[in-house]
Amino acid sequence: MTYLAKPKLLRPDTPVNALGYTRRDYEGAISTLCAGCGHDSISAAVVQACFDLDIQPHRVAKLSGIGCSSKTPDYFLGASHGFNSVHGRMPSVLTGAALANRDLIYLGISGDGDSASIGIGQFAHVMRRGVNMTYIVENNGVYGLTKGQFSATADKGSKSKRGVENTDSPVDLVALALQLGATYVARSFSGDKAQLVPLIKGALLHRGAAFIDVISPCVTFNNHAGSTKSYDYVREHNEVLNRLDVLMPRQAITADYPPGSVSEIRQHDGSTLRLRKLAEDYEPNDRVGAMSHLQAHAERGEIVTGLLYVDPQASDLHEHLNTVAQPLNTLGADRLCPGSAALDKLNAALR
Amino acid sequence: MKPIQKTNEFVIKFANVNGSGSASANELFARAILRMGVTVSPRNIFPSNIQGMPTWYEMRVSASGWLGRRGGCDMMVAMNPQTWDRDIAEIEPGGYLFYDSTKTLPSSKFRDDITVFGIPLTEMCNGIYSDARQRQLFKNIMYVGALTALLGLDIAEVEKLIGEQYAGKDKLIAPNVHALKFGYDHAQARFKCPIGLRIARADAVGERIFIDGNSAAGLGAVFGGATVCGWYPITPSTSVVEAFTKYAKKYRTDAETGESSVAIVQAEDELASIGMVIGAGWNGARAFTATSGPGISLMQEFFGLAYFAEIPAVVFDVQRGGPSTGMPTRTQQSDLISAAYASHGDTRHVMLLPEDPYECFEFGASAFDLAERLQTPVFVMLDLDIGMNERLTRPFAWDDSREYDRGKVMSAADLDAGKDFGRYKDVDGDGIPWRTIPGTHPSKGAFFTRGTTRNPYAKYSETGADYIYNMERLRRKLDTAAEMAPAPILRTAKEATRIGAIYYGSTAPAMDEAIAALEAEDIQLDILRVRAFPFAKAVLDFVAAHDHVFVVEQNESAQLRQLLINEGEIDPKKLVKVLHYDGTPITARFIAGRIADALSDRKIIPIRKVVS
Repeated sequence: MTYLAKPKLLRPDTPVNALGYTRRDYEGAISTLCAGCGHDSISAAVVQACFDLDIQPHRVAKLSGIGCSSKTPDYFLGASHGFNSVHGRMPSVLTGAALANRDLIYLGISGDGDSASIGIGQFAHVMRRGVNMTYIVENNGVYGLTKGQFSATADKGSKSKRGVENTDSPVDLVALALQLGATYVARSFSGDKAQLVPLIKGALLHRGAAFIDVISPCVTFNNHAGSTKSYDYVREHNEVLNRLDVLMPRQAITADYPPGSVSEIRQHDGSTLRLRKLAEDYEPNDRVGAMSHLQAHAERGEIVTGLLYVDPQASDLHEHLNTVAQPLNTLGADRLCPGSAALDKLNAALR
Repeated sequence: MKPIQKTNEFVIKFANVNGSGSASANELFARAILRMGVTVSPRNIFPSNIQGMPTWYEMRVSASGWLGRRGGCDMMVAMNPQTWDRDIAEIEPGGYLFYDSTKTLPSSKFRDDITVFGIPLTEMCNGIYSDARQRQLFKNIMYVGALTALLGLDIAEVEKLIGEQYAGKDKLIAPNVHALKFGYDHAQARFKCPIGLRIARADAVGERIFIDGNSAAGLGAVFGGATVCGWYPITPSTSVVEAFTKYAKKYRTDAETGESSVAIVQAEDELASIGMVIGAGWNGARAFTATSGPGISLMQEFFGLAYFAEIPAVVFDVQRGGPSTGMPTRTQQSDLISAAYASHGDTRHVMLLPEDPYECFEFGASAFDLAERLQTPVFVMLDLDIGMNERLTRPFAWDDSREYDRGKVMSAADLDAGKDFGRYKDVDGDGIPWRTIPGTHPSKGAFFTRGTTRNPYAKYSETGADYIYNMERLRRKLDTAAEMAPAPILRTAKEATRIGAIYYGSTAPAMDEAIAALEAEDIQLDILRVRAFPFAKAVLDFVAAHDHVFVVEQNESAQLRQLLINEGEIDPKKLVKVLHYDGTPITARFIAGRIADALSDRKIIPIRKVVS
């Protein structure tokens, strides 16, 4: 927890992006989470990703449910509208918002309780529909705000701070997202900024349902021996698949990686996702392969991280509904109201 | 027993098996009566089932123009052997029975105080058609033909309707007309037509239109500028969205690109439906859902969020019999309390109470203005009776100079001009704050929407003073709503009276008729039709101006009466319950009977003679 506000004055050599914004312009209110919380690292990664991509903060709408993770949208992108909705229901609220204005960037922030327990239904259906969004689950396997109960992503056999062993099978949101049709699926670790920032960037540029499960240790209730979501455990069991670089259309693509270990994926907007493959046998555009790779490593107790799957030509809900290009929330009565002549004609047909 | 002799004033009821295609044939017959210029009001009484269960179509023909359900039955068209005994029992003495006489029934199955017309419809159809589906459908058209002859309708009107119905599928016209004529000729040849009940050409329909309330509400949403609809199927509300979809396809599809200016999503449940509506409303689109009682129960938490975070939303609640699954295909007005105070904590919601399809359209459109003006959920409370039955109603009207009221939305220019933006600040004294739509301005006007307490500048706060400021402002806002929503409609008795009656929604046609009947017996009542909640001052003034006020409702616990007592701090003894809640639409006979009985039981002298 940071009690001291950062100084407002910036050094003259503070980096600015193409829009002339500094990183500070992407920050939000001061976090009220526990010191060392993994979630704050994720917020910092969101700030970095938006800064790097030259996104105008007010063109992002950030939505969340309820819980520690869902509080975080207050702590980044202070110039964006945010919506802390109800527990487990962020996906539907985000869907409605995305339908209203297809031009904004939608960032959904949720937690493991919010998405895998109370909200698993809405999580599933928002993936199925292909809502154009970046959906991040800050996954710590524990209920923080209510002081340490297991969540549905807690591994079977893991121990709570009070020594209670979890006997329920865990929900793997990545496996679910793959099965349910998400078109960009990744997993990362809040302690691995180098991997996380590019994954968020790729998701923000993706058109379709992008999901990132970020293991984010809870320093207060789930960072002890016996926990499978502690910093130490995740560092020891992290099986990194690939390293992603996101290149914007204006950036020259340079070949500074050895051939054979790099795969390039071009998205709708012309951006390029360049994957440095660490697991040579891994192909990120094979949904079924991703699912079996994930399961095989889970069996060995390994947490696979990286970009697991991407469909660069994905379509989104607006395409499915064939809605007009102009955001629906900007249409006035001239476009929406059929008027009295049409009504008179209809009246005549109802006699 | 002398057979009933009535022209343009009777009830004819069709007893059918659901899924047999009878509904469209019965509707055809009702429309034919309308084309004769005669007022008719049909009601579908159907089961929660797709095929094989009993269903009835009750058609009231009224020379006096009454559109409410009368009760009783002067002629039964008994096409369902399962319900034969009760159908026969229901016929008024001197009434008529029409049935399929293919199978011979013992005389014990009939009554001797009714007139019976049997036509071997099944046998006739089996002789002409080989396809089972055709046999069934044309049997329906055949009985329409026979009834056309028996009741003396002009067959040309029915033929014309068939032509209109199948315009574009022209090859279906001839066989339908053939079946119609076959039935008509058969009845003409066998019976003396017309019988004692008859339709005579009149001019009582005028310019009125014939449509169901759900379709009218869906159309209202199109005219009202709705662009987002999240919904989940539930009887009896589903046809609101079906109508919205149909009319949006017609009026909201770009002729060149084929693109649509609506987004309609069938959600996974009612929670997601209302979540989508709230997300869209937050983001500046006009959005709605349609549901019924169980859906209202499921949406409670979200209603609290929309109320407290102040987000516009429109909800069409087509009420059915509750509690729980209750009577899913029967009508009631039993969601008033669960909508008025939906969600935990102290909440109050705006409800509009349409009486007929005209108001379903009108409120269906204006609910969006109200929701955006007030930044809160607005419930349009239909019920199955007006929602799913076609009703004669005033033609829909739209003033082209009417603009959408988007309410207090601060623009980028306002923010640049340095206007103070406090999202939850009452700057105008009406309790309604200003809002910004996401994406408005690069550096000003963004705020964090939440269901938690906050200060007037939308900053998280659990300070008592901030909480109270907010709650008092919300109360003020809902008081503002009371005078902004449709005003109640008063009809004073011919003579001064201290007796009043309050009613609302689909009770209206029965109430009109009941009051006329009471008037005929020199019982004078002032009546007030309540059209919205929170109550306008005029509603409470009406109660204050009368010694006794009957509150006529279609639920068991007198929900509007409870709201009046609670909101108006009214002495409960003053408000006399008149409650009808068996799932059938309320009748004038019931209302007039209850009121007359109550007046005599309580020894209330209804007329205060004015001494000069």
